Amino acid sequence: MKQTYKKIPMPVRYVINTLLFVAFLIVGLSLIQSGVITKYYTKVLMLIGINIILTVSLNIATGYLGQLPLGHAGFMAVGAYTAAIFMTRSGLDASVSFPIGLVLGALMAGLVGVLIGIPALRLKGDYLAIITLGFGEIIRVVLLNIDSVLGFKLTYGAASLKGIPKETNFLNTFLCVGIACLLIHTMMKSRHGRAILSVRENEIAAESCGINLTYYKVLGFAASAVFAGLAGALYAGYLGILNPSSFGFMKSIEILVMVVLGGMGSMVGSVLSATVLTAVPELLRAFSEYRMILYSLLLITVMIFKPSGLMGQYDFSLSRMLEHVFNQKPAREKTNHKAGEKNG
Amino acid sequence: MKKLLSIALVAMMALSALAGCAAPVATDTSASDASAADAAQPAASGETIKVGILGPHTGDYAVYGLAVKNGAQLYIDQVNAAGGINGKQIETIVYDNKGDSTEAITAFTRMVDEGITALIGDVLSGNTIAVVGEANPINMPMITASATAVGATYNADTDTVYTNVFRSCFIDPFQGEKMAQYAAEKLGAKTAAVLTMTGDDYSVGLADAFKAKCAEVGINVVADEGYSKGDVDFKAQLTNILATAPDVIFCPNYYQDDGMIVTQARELGLTSTFLGGDGWAGVSAYASAADLEGSYFCSAYAPGSTDAVKKFEADYTAAYGADTLNMFAATAYDAAQILVAALTKAEASGAATGSDEYKQAVIDAIKTEGPSVVGITSETGYTFDEHNNPIKSAVIMTLTDGVETFKEMY
Repeated sequence: MKQTYKKIPMPVRYVINTLLFVAFLIVGLSLIQSGVITKYYTKVLMLIGINIILTVSLNIATGYLGQLPLGHAGFMAVGAYTAAIFMTRSGLDASVSFPIGLVLGALMAGLVGVLIGIPALRLKGDYLAIITLGFGEIIRVVLLNIDSVLGFKLTYGAASLKGIPKETNFLNTFLCVGIACLLIHTMMKSRHGRAILSVRENEIAAESCGINLTYYKVLGFAASAVFAGLAGALYAGYLGILNPSSFGFMKSIEILVMVVLGGMGSMVGSVLSATVLTAVPELLRAFSEYRMILYSLLLITVMIFKPSGLMGQYDFSLSRMLEHVFNQKPAREKTNHKAGEKNG
Repeated sequence: MKKLLSIALVAMMALSALAGCAAPVATDTSASDASAADAAQPAASGETIKVGILGPHTGDYAVYGLAVKNGAQLYIDQVNAAGGINGKQIETIVYDNKGDSTEAITAFTRMVDEGITALIGDVLSGNTIAVVGEANPINMPMITASATAVGATYNADTDTVYTNVFRSCFIDPFQGEKMAQYAAEKLGAKTAAVLTMTGDDYSVGLADAFKAKCAEVGINVVADEGYSKGDVDFKAQLTNILATAPDVIFCPNYYQDDGMIVTQARELGLTSTFLGGDGWAGVSAYASAADLEGSYFCSAYAPGSTDAVKKFEADYTAAYGADTLNMFAATAYDAAQILVAALTKAEASGAATGSDEYKQAVIDAIKTEGPSVVGITSETGYTFDEHNNPIKSAVIMTLTDGVETFKEMY
């Protein structure tokens, strides 16, 4: 090669992405302020945001770590209830207690993730799926019945935890989505992220290279739980009422469907599929009864024509795209640089 | 080839998402059933009064949601056919929430964006409480025909009444108390067993009230069993109950479960009388006539009891068939009656339709006009207590030859 491939230096990449993020935020906020995006669409956008966080977080465990946990709704429930109980009990002003609740929810879910991860991750494949499913259900059943064990009202069980301040709005959802995506992205680009990927590719090879399997599995699992907890806390502030039945097995499956549809191991795929799968049932409201059929048809169609998910393992990078454009102009003949795409 | 197709697919989906964002409200104004509803409406001219109807029209609880939708729609169609209110037609905006609180909130917000002035709904208690959280800050008048949880109109923790929310059904504790009293006075029961769905507010609410009342009226609760949502085998709990041989078994659950429970109890040789709450309505399709014979449940609606009820039933069956004709169709019909009376009053006040004063006028009018509404589930009118619950007597229903028949008012 005569000419070296021009690369955009690292700080510039971050600046580009930050600018883009802020631009999106400002556009979104101004559209909401001016009423172009109505309250209804704002609600749908918030739900999309919450589902994006859920999907990218499960993507850590499923896509990057290569495990199949089926108890993701459980971690979401832990985050949601922790935040909700803190917000309703702390006596602080809602604008103060909500950010604290978000952090607490995420941390508590992470803690539960570690506790569950240590025994559960000794298993693989189907067995891991079953045991995480079991733990997810245990979390739900505990939330449902803990009051009668404790003897005082904590989660209010089946009667629902009510009166949670509705603090979730477009701004804080958007920020949380940004933070979650950024943290997951940087983690996956780091040494720890590469170790997690190596566990997915081949456990024996990874172990023989000196990678502590248990440590990295639990790390990935806990990171996944942390962000699920964050999403749960946002969900609590969105809904204003929590019932353990919202966090059942089907919720876990719903999130898993989003991950698989987007492509396991692709963050942009997760974001895209969470957006599409949340928006589609709402957009199809006009078709009333038929909307659930259309939703299922869409899922089936994608899975038939694109079994690896919408994006496979491809991850979108704006900087890489820009680099591609810059480098193509002077050197047209260079075609061998494909952006690491390996879909099936 | 495959790649091309998939790219086209992705593009289509992305486009559809964008298209939806661009033209949100203009596309449809009435997502209601085109079948009977629109045919009955004469060409609406000029202004309309928009009323939302929200509930689970698909999924596990569709029987309730559809009954509420049809019942309310039936009355509104009748009003529209007679010329509407103040020359204005009532336009219904109907959305499905699948029984999911998250969807209930988005659907409700969409209705608000589309300009509803009042809401009939939500249907399930949990969903209703979630919607109240959205509706209370904007003072949206709400009448629920089926949310029986106390929390829908009153927050016990902060002792606040949600002044914008009313209901045309009665509340959970009321049903439990009535059934305990009925068991003691009319059935002469001395011992009772309770079988509840532990994950359910409705079931637990009724059971708690029943147990509390039992202690008062001298019934000994000898067995208190629970099961989880989705269970289909109740033999373990029923065997425990069988050992105590109670006079009555209070089973305040939804009809599918009740049907299975009764069938399995009879298989085990349990002969006790079953008692239930209004969730039993529709149970006759889920257990055999012989097994159900002699069970009692409390309801808000007595089929075929008066001429007004008979006329309602005939109209309902003509428009929607008999499949969803149950108690909540009747309470929804009443809810629509109360709402129309209130809207008429609010129209007379001269406030602009949909404005804040208008909504407040509707809320005030529900309280003042309610007592004069002769409903089909409450002939004495709808007087609301301090928690916006209607004051009315319960209907005791019994099962004879597999038919849910009216026993008495109690």
